[in-house]
Amino acid sequence: MRRSTINKASVIMAIFAGVVLIYWFRLFQLQILDERYTIDARSNAIRHKVQYPGRGLILDRDGRILVYNEAVYDLMVVPGQVDADSVDWNLLARLIEVDSAGVRERYRKARAYSRYAPSVFEKQISKEVYGRLQEYMYRFSGFYVQSRSLRRYLRPVAAHVLGDVGEVNAEEIRENPGYSQGDYIGKSGLEKYYEEALRGKKGVKVVMVDVLNREKGSYKNGMYDTLPEAGQSLYTTLDAELQEYAEELMRGKRGSVVAIEPATGEVLALVSAPTYDPNLLVGRVRSRNYGDLLHDPQKPLFNRALMAYYPPGSIFKLPQALIALQEGVIAPNTGFACDKQLIGCHEHPDAKSVTEGIRMSCNPYFYQVFKRVIQQGKAPDIFEDSRIGLARWERYMHSFGLGTRLGIDLLDVKSGYIPDTGFYDRFYGRKRWAFSTIYSLSIGQGEVSLVPLQMANLAAVMANRGYYVTPHLVRETGDGRVRANIDTARHYAAVDPRYFDPVVEGMYEAVHKPKGTARRAEIDSIAVCGKTGTSENPHGEDHAVFIGFAPMDAPKIAVSVFLENSGFGGTWAAPLGSLLIEKYLTGKVERIGLERQVRDFTIFERDEDGNIIGPPAH
Amino acid sequence: MKDSVWRTMDKPLLLIYLLLVAAGWFNIYSVVYDPENLAGFSFATRYGKQLVFIGCALLLAVFVMIADIRIFTQFAYLYYGVSLLLLVAVLVAGVEISGAKSWIRIGALSIQPSEFAKVATCLAFAKFVSQPSINMKQPRMQAMAALWFLAPMLLILLQPDAGSALVFLAFILPLYREGMSGWVLVTGSVAVALFVAALLVNRYVMIGGIALVTVFLAWRNKRTLKNVSLAVLLFISCSLYTLGVDYAFNHLSAHQQTRINVLLGKEQDVQGAGYNVNQSKIAIGSGGFWGKGYLQGTQTKFNFVPEQSTDFIFCTVGEEWGWVGCTVFLGCYLFLLLRLVRLAERQKSAYARVYGYGVAGIFFMHLFVNVGMTIGLLPVIGIPLPFFSYGGSALWAFTLLLFIFIKMDARQRNL
Repeated sequence: MRRSTINKASVIMAIFAGVVLIYWFRLFQLQILDERYTIDARSNAIRHKVQYPGRGLILDRDGRILVYNEAVYDLMVVPGQVDADSVDWNLLARLIEVDSAGVRERYRKARAYSRYAPSVFEKQISKEVYGRLQEYMYRFSGFYVQSRSLRRYLRPVAAHVLGDVGEVNAEEIRENPGYSQGDYIGKSGLEKYYEEALRGKKGVKVVMVDVLNREKGSYKNGMYDTLPEAGQSLYTTLDAELQEYAEELMRGKRGSVVAIEPATGEVLALVSAPTYDPNLLVGRVRSRNYGDLLHDPQKPLFNRALMAYYPPGSIFKLPQALIALQEGVIAPNTGFACDKQLIGCHEHPDAKSVTEGIRMSCNPYFYQVFKRVIQQGKAPDIFEDSRIGLARWERYMHSFGLGTRLGIDLLDVKSGYIPDTGFYDRFYGRKRWAFSTIYSLSIGQGEVSLVPLQMANLAAVMANRGYYVTPHLVRETGDGRVRANIDTARHYAAVDPRYFDPVVEGMYEAVHKPKGTARRAEIDSIAVCGKTGTSENPHGEDHAVFIGFAPMDAPKIAVSVFLENSGFGGTWAAPLGSLLIEKYLTGKVERIGLERQVRDFTIFERDEDGNIIGPPAH
Repeated sequence: MKDSVWRTMDKPLLLIYLLLVAAGWFNIYSVVYDPENLAGFSFATRYGKQLVFIGCALLLAVFVMIADIRIFTQFAYLYYGVSLLLLVAVLVAGVEISGAKSWIRIGALSIQPSEFAKVATCLAFAKFVSQPSINMKQPRMQAMAALWFLAPMLLILLQPDAGSALVFLAFILPLYREGMSGWVLVTGSVAVALFVAALLVNRYVMIGGIALVTVFLAWRNKRTLKNVSLAVLLFISCSLYTLGVDYAFNHLSAHQQTRINVLLGKEQDVQGAGYNVNQSKIAIGSGGFWGKGYLQGTQTKFNFVPEQSTDFIFCTVGEEWGWVGCTVFLGCYLFLLLRLVRLAERQKSAYARVYGYGVAGIFFMHLFVNVGMTIGLLPVIGIPLPFFSYGGSALWAFTLLLFIFIKMDARQRNL
């Protein structure tokens, strides 16, 4: 009896101890072995609110704002905190102006993505919608609003230069893990090239929230908070007025304009026509507009100024003359008859000097010049001799920044093409080609092609009498330091400066003297130097080219104008270039009649009201 | 007299009581604490009110210690009768709070008769069982004794308050101690195990399993006619029981079915029925080894866990004090329980012994059900954690239960 009662007390004590022990192990499992609960707790009560920095502003050379930010709001949702049955979905749909089936679908998607991580429920809500929504937020637990900023453009210009900003895609996140879904990133133009400076640094604010999603103060007194750092401003070299004016003049045309300050390499204007309003690629309309632009047969997204390969035409005579002078195969006063047997030409007196050859743009003259450069008699065999000549010639051309990629601070810039001996060897076979095979190069036709930026750079080399500074678009970023990765060194052409004088003189005469090819570029008060070109191409009507700079002594601006399918370079390209020079140097344009003609010229068909209706691009 | 009570009362029990009550109050303070909104101390808050409740409880304890024990023991049946009447009254005139009529409102004060029924039942049950004329070895007597706690249990089930009703099963422990066969406990355990298994496993698999076990038992023992027929009987009863559970489960209301399914892990529903338990597990689990520190809990503060200051108060312990704190907590409780059993065994009077086991059983049931629920081992059954949960009635009832026993023990040592 006694023994059994002792046993009973022990049994009872064992039951007590057993249950406590089981609970103790269970707690060990929950609190120590299983990490899940710690993570869940964090997503439950702790919210990492990303503090998005303002993206850097973009300003022009005079401090005028080109790009700024506008506040918008993203409606975020944490599905785990939404009581789907009690939410008034119809009210929410009405507030954010979508249909109510849509909001449920979004909720379902967000829930499928993650129960605890916030997802974007509605992007880029305007201030007005946000104001209305704010009053009802208390009825939508699990939802909150995060402020974001969108790019806005005061003047709808320079779309190709400024580029656009969009949400990061999966590939970009993979390449740079600092980004997370929903972040914005520069997709093209300066926005992409200077992404690192512009984006700033995201901050984070760790807050505690209660079950109704109300903020309950900062977590651990802000120990883990970081402040966002605003992006740096970009001080660009663009002249907003000139850019705007150039875009205006280029309306109704296809091609490009590049203007450079020769001494510094600063790009004053860079236009690719047709262009588009950069506001089209912002915010909720972005993807639709992007598709439209992408499928536009005129290819407005294509930056012709940097990427389009064109035969340079007669502007190529400038480096040709300089190379021949440097090589000593001609002298400044060397003259050649305009022998149309050699190569076609227009009616003009024979050129009795390099200066006159440039002024009248005589084709046979430069046929002879190029022949002397290529065939210098350095080898007895004519094929071998041409090969030696072309190799030397090619090196000279590269020193002008032709056939090489100019390191402008935009991606996608192309190098153009200067054919080399290897090219012809492959094409015709070694010793199967000579000057007679490649003579078209003398007048900038044939296998040579340049991008418009290189044409403007060539104008800068002429203006500087022998060197260029790599064209660039940004002078400094927000912290006031010149960007280290911009090359501001002078790149000298392999031609002695003294040989430039007769050639530049020819450019002056082309504009200001009788029989000059660029007479329509003349401005009474300014000494303009210019060279026209007419670039034959397989796509129909000739392309019109003009490069020039002014004033002749102490040049401030060098331009290239390229108009696709617009005929002779002197007709439209030269006056257009001179209007830009006048505008930039004097701040106004007095040649109203010429300006109207240039404005009205279009390669597209017009309807009765004067609106451009076509034709489609080639 | 007062001096001698102080000298003879069991100090460890007193100490553990004070410790638990104090820890409980700080815990409630932590739940209410809002870092954004630091108001001064106020009696309008839960921790303020709890402080008042604790003050009253201490006065009650002092009263019990200085009063004559006979005012409790002599009138045990009277108290029992009154509390049965109150339990009936609450069904008629009670205030319904969250689906159960458990509260009677008298002026500004709301009391929970079921809490006091525990004390009264404990006293009356002990008085009945300890009568020298009753032989508790007799099953008939055991059944009669069981009626004493089954009656209030039934009334409380009618409220319905399953948690409080469940507590009355605590009296099985003194019943067992005083003569009930251990087989009843074994049978009970098997029944619970079969119950859970029946819900988890396909019924045909279940019956197959039972058949295998009975065949095994019959084969291991002497294969007399008696043993074999016992085995057959065992098989039939277990099978019928299993099928019965299956049938009953299918006739439960939908929300009860989900509750059970969630508990058994058959359903994942962290938003619905499983929300409380999931949040509770998150709170406790996120405490880790050392805990987040006092007042540093995030889950228990911002209402993620429902009923934080009452039924789910243990979450705060788990979150803020971690596994170390839980170990101390469980240690203290185990000490309390074992101390009660040891003291009960030490009593010369059968009355005090039975009563002591009753008290130990009641504390055990509360701990078992409450903590088991918060750590996801038992279904969600609303029941307070002694000394920790917010509320006056429960605290006073526990104080009364404990100190009557301390008084009995002290008086005996004094003799």
